Amino acid sequence: MPDTHTIVRVTGVTKNFKLGSTNVQALKGVDLEIYAGEYLSIMGPSGSGKSTLFNMIGGLDKPTEGKVFIDEVDIAQLDAFELAWLRNRKIGYIFQTFNLIQVMTALENITLPMIFAGVHNDAAVKKGIELLDLVGLHKRYNHKPQELSGGQQQRVAIARSLANDPAIILADEPTGNLDLSTGEEIIKLMSALSKERGVTIITATHDYKMLNASDRVVWIEDGLVKKVENRDQLNIDVGCIRMA
Amino acid sequence: MAQKKRIPFQDPDSETDIVAQVVLPFDKSLEISIKSIKSRFLRNMVTVTSLILAVSFLAYILIGSDITNGIYGSGQPDLMKMLEKSGYQVGGSAKERWIVILSLLVCTVGIINAQLMAVTERFREIGTMKCLGALDSFVLRLFVLEASMQGVVGSLLGALAGGVIAILLGMLRFGFDAIKFLPLSDIGISVLYSIGVGFGLSLVGVFYPALIAAKMRPIEAMRVEE
Repeated sequence: MPDTHTIVRVTGVTKNFKLGSTNVQALKGVDLEIYAGEYLSIMGPSGSGKSTLFNMIGGLDKPTEGKVFIDEVDIAQLDAFELAWLRNRKIGYIFQTFNLIQVMTALENITLPMIFAGVHNDAAVKKGIELLDLVGLHKRYNHKPQELSGGQQQRVAIARSLANDPAIILADEPTGNLDLSTGEEIIKLMSALSKERGVTIITATHDYKMLNASDRVVWIEDGLVKKVENRDQLNIDVGCIRMA
Repeated sequence: MAQKKRIPFQDPDSETDIVAQVVLPFDKSLEISIKSIKSRFLRNMVTVTSLILAVSFLAYILIGSDITNGIYGSGQPDLMKMLEKSGYQVGGSAKERWIVILSLLVCTVGIINAQLMAVTERFREIGTMKCLGALDSFVLRLFVLEASMQGVVGSLLGALAGGVIAILLGMLRFGFDAIKFLPLSDIGISVLYSIGVGFGLSLVGVFYPALIAAKMRPIEAMRVEE
């Protein structure tokens, strides 16, 4: 990574939930810096606060205490317009359940964020076709999501997340609903895109296949960052996991 | 610079203010709502049918009373006698009015119910749109547009059906005298009134569900249901 400026900064973030009458602390003070252009995985068992942290980074949830900065802007200070703008241009989302809009074709799904961004229809269609080619879905422009396989749907979703050239792509368990080999293809595609386009990719996952593609892995346990590992440290650990 | 106050992410060279940078043109919203109506055709037909029934009942009552009023105004003794026998009251009976109001109420509740179900069914779609940068107003507009289309179709068909039934039944009772003394302007007003009420009901019915949809948080898109 030649350019290592911090694109996401998380400082002292805690999050409390009310579960009935008891207070649950999902995050107990997390500090984290994510650098531009890296592929970062947030790993942790379910209930560890992984998803909560992930949602905070994506501006989908607000911390109880602490701050989340995207490009050094405190996202708690943003109003509805600015948040929409952020989600539209700065962040691309990829979901476990693909979340393509069922009534629209693959191409229309990809052009929608561009339409929101005020891109002219013809330009949006042109770019949409380019993006579909990029993710390897030639000639599937006019297929509805139901007519596509899970892997193909996730490819459309990846193309959609790239529509407005975001700086960050957030992928929540992107391989969670896919079989092993399709999941691997999706991970390869994402890591290739991150390198080619210099997009920061942040994933929340418990898929160990993701480890090899990641530049860094953040392990969350019990609402705290347990450790942050670079890729070179990681290979050893993967061995350990396999042995265990 | 005052115009570009929403700075955080504002590109200093950009001409437009950030507010103008998230948009959904009207033709696009129309396109999207037509698509979702088409794809949920059966469910939409149920909503439209309830509207048709309520509006046709309203139109039937209104035009039926136009017919009897016309005959009452004709001053022909034999027809008057027939009217009296059938228990005619000038201005329509209170019971009739109550039944109409009740049917409209039931219809509104039905529409609210159907639209609420549509919102819960579409939580993922709405959440996703919000993740893609949709504002509350986009979602609101989509739901209102869909309801308006349902409203137009439902009330047009309803008014037509109600009117035809009222005239046919009138002719059965009074023969051709029913149309002879029927002022066209009265029918026109009754039909327009029914259409207006039907359209209004469908908008009233969608208001609360659309508000819930618009306020839905983008995080809903992340929900995984197995």
